[in-house]
Amino acid sequence: MEKIKLTIDNTVVEVDKGTTVYAAAKQIGINIPVLCYMRLEHMGIENKPAGCRVCVVEIEGRKNLAPSCSTECMEGMVVKTHTVRVINARKTVLELILSDHPKDCLICSKNGQCDLQTLAQTLGIREVHSVENAEVSTYRKDYSPALNRDMDKCVMCRRCEMICNKVQTVGALNAINRGFTAVVAPAFEQDLVDSPCTFCGQCVAVCPTAALTEFDDTKNVMQALADPTKTVIVQTAPAVRVALGEEFGMTPGTIVTGKLVTALRRLGFDKVFDTDFAADLTIMEEGTELLDRITRFIGGDKSVKLPILTSCCPAWVNFFEVYYPTMLDIPSTCRSPQQMFGAVAKTYYADKLGVKREDMVVVSVMPCLAKKYECDRDEFKVNGNPDVDYSISTRELANLIRAFNINFASLPDEDFDAPLGESTGAAVIFGTTGGVIEAAVRTAYEVFTGKTLAKVDFTELRGLEGIRQATIDFNGTPINIGIAHQLGNARKLLDGIRNGMYNFHAIEIMACPGGCIGGAGQPLHHGNSGIIKARHEAIYREDAGKTLRKSHENPYIQKLYSEFLGKPMGENAHHLLHTHYFDKQKI
Amino acid sequence: MSTLKLTDCQKGKIKEICVSFHNDPGELINVLHKTQGEFGYLPEEVQREIAKNLNISVAKVCGVVTFYSFFTMTPKGKHPIAVCTGTACYVRGADKVVDELKKQLNIEVGGVTPDGEFSLDCLRCVGACGLAPVVLVGEKVFGRVEPKDVKKILDSYKE
Repeated sequence: MEKIKLTIDNTVVEVDKGTTVYAAAKQIGINIPVLCYMRLEHMGIENKPAGCRVCVVEIEGRKNLAPSCSTECMEGMVVKTHTVRVINARKTVLELILSDHPKDCLICSKNGQCDLQTLAQTLGIREVHSVENAEVSTYRKDYSPALNRDMDKCVMCRRCEMICNKVQTVGALNAINRGFTAVVAPAFEQDLVDSPCTFCGQCVAVCPTAALTEFDDTKNVMQALADPTKTVIVQTAPAVRVALGEEFGMTPGTIVTGKLVTALRRLGFDKVFDTDFAADLTIMEEGTELLDRITRFIGGDKSVKLPILTSCCPAWVNFFEVYYPTMLDIPSTCRSPQQMFGAVAKTYYADKLGVKREDMVVVSVMPCLAKKYECDRDEFKVNGNPDVDYSISTRELANLIRAFNINFASLPDEDFDAPLGESTGAAVIFGTTGGVIEAAVRTAYEVFTGKTLAKVDFTELRGLEGIRQATIDFNGTPINIGIAHQLGNARKLLDGIRNGMYNFHAIEIMACPGGCIGGAGQPLHHGNSGIIKARHEAIYREDAGKTLRKSHENPYIQKLYSEFLGKPMGENAHHLLHTHYFDKQKI
Repeated sequence: MSTLKLTDCQKGKIKEICVSFHNDPGELINVLHKTQGEFGYLPEEVQREIAKNLNISVAKVCGVVTFYSFFTMTPKGKHPIAVCTGTACYVRGADKVVDELKKQLNIEVGGVTPDGEFSLDCLRCVGACGLAPVVLVGEKVFGRVEPKDVKKILDSYKE
């Protein structure tokens, strides 16, 4: 790689040709403020429209200030990142952005987490020169079951447009109109629910302001908790326990399972359960389905569709319903762990307690916003009563913990309640890319071969590359596995399958970067992919620390089958744990 | 969803236009240009059809249509009126001409008269600044227009 030498703030720095001034400055510890620019390193995610002009710097010999995020370093360049001219330009730019931005920070849902607010603080903006009766751009608010759009707060950074089109290839959002009325919106400014949106929520995860936020369900949860006639139980997803600590100042990757349980109990939930239990259940069903398809396929049954695709990720389900309606028979029919939990809780467990399903409220804590949409689907309701009543994000849970004045960091560790709180390491790794398929392999291998695994760690399935493939030897039968995270990568895999490019038996897909750990309901990463990596590693640490690491060894799962469900993919299981998909093609 | 339903013939026409540009997403503007020439405007259903043919998101198509003032999503009148409100025309009173047109036609800028005869739009600079303010009716150019000329111009298009 050709090297280039330049001077930034009197320091000589050597960088690869093609490096931007912003990145070069970062190398020597100078963090140039940015607003529209965002990069998730190693995830192939970068937004640099050079639109906001907050990152401008002075370059010797150039008349105009240059946006450092998109200006390439040149040999001998002399850059100054904080001259008075630069600072004044940044302040002016920000004042202009703020002049058309609502000033309701005190009651804004992004208060304290907003990149625009932080920037105004950093640059010391104390007044915004406004023109009396000046026009302010206003837009219709758009509420969906999962996410809200309040474009009055949009600063046109276009991060959401980039993630929706380039990373997720969903194409629900695009910049429309021109000048003052320009805004990022679905086509014809229609509602998100009428657009091809999958509710993956990654637009929310990267939005610097409160233009895009989750639909807030905390009020509903508080109301349920305050209702003495309701039995309120909670389930919490694997990815939550490796991220929630960040909301309370802990290092990314800190595992807070015990504190999480205690906090939920102190919030007043009657029982604190684990979605991991349902993840183990998912493996029993999905693993059986996988083996059934593979065995029949090897036996020469031409009616069998392979590869089998995982169906735990609700944004992914929405994606293939919209974009691959001709391939609806390929994904596993298994419901997601969230929905399996709800179905079991409101039948098996409600019966055990002698509580009517109407008097039971099931809350889920999820790293995900699409889960809100999922629990609202009609097929997961019985006479209008949903299997899962409310799904709140990791961030919403943190808000509840703060509002209830619980000092999270000093909480003791407690254990989940029985029986729906018991889980194995296989369930924990559901939280990261590659985890669901590794969990399935652990069980499927032992069932298929009748042998005990010498080693349960399938490191060939792990990693953070967007598309991965591996072949696992099932005692002489090679099983080809594909893995993708981010919907754009999923699309590549699916197109490859359609064109006969790949020969997979099973494929795992998760919509978000890194899987659920990078979900849109997680604490905001503010463009730091190191946070997602730390959560990824924490998931495997949590798995390694578990006594039981294979789903079929979970004693409570075995009990659930013997007492209630019968056998995997049996009639009861089919009714409660499986689903079907719909053609939702939008164009 | 718009209420407009395209006929198979109209869909075929759109397809033909897209194919003539090799269904290349990079030719979107040209496709839109030609389609508007064919249909007179670019309603929602037409945009959806173009998106399908070029294999791009309809949001993207809509983004381009709403960005360029040349493209319109509302049908134009039989006699489309465009007033130049570029700098030269504006300082010479184009705004007053617009007001008079609005009054006479009883429509807003961007609107169409109920009988479909006239539509009113503003545009920026037609390169005839010497004739400012300029009003276009269809392809015909009227120069040095004053509010009092408006009635005469409109009458000349009324049977």
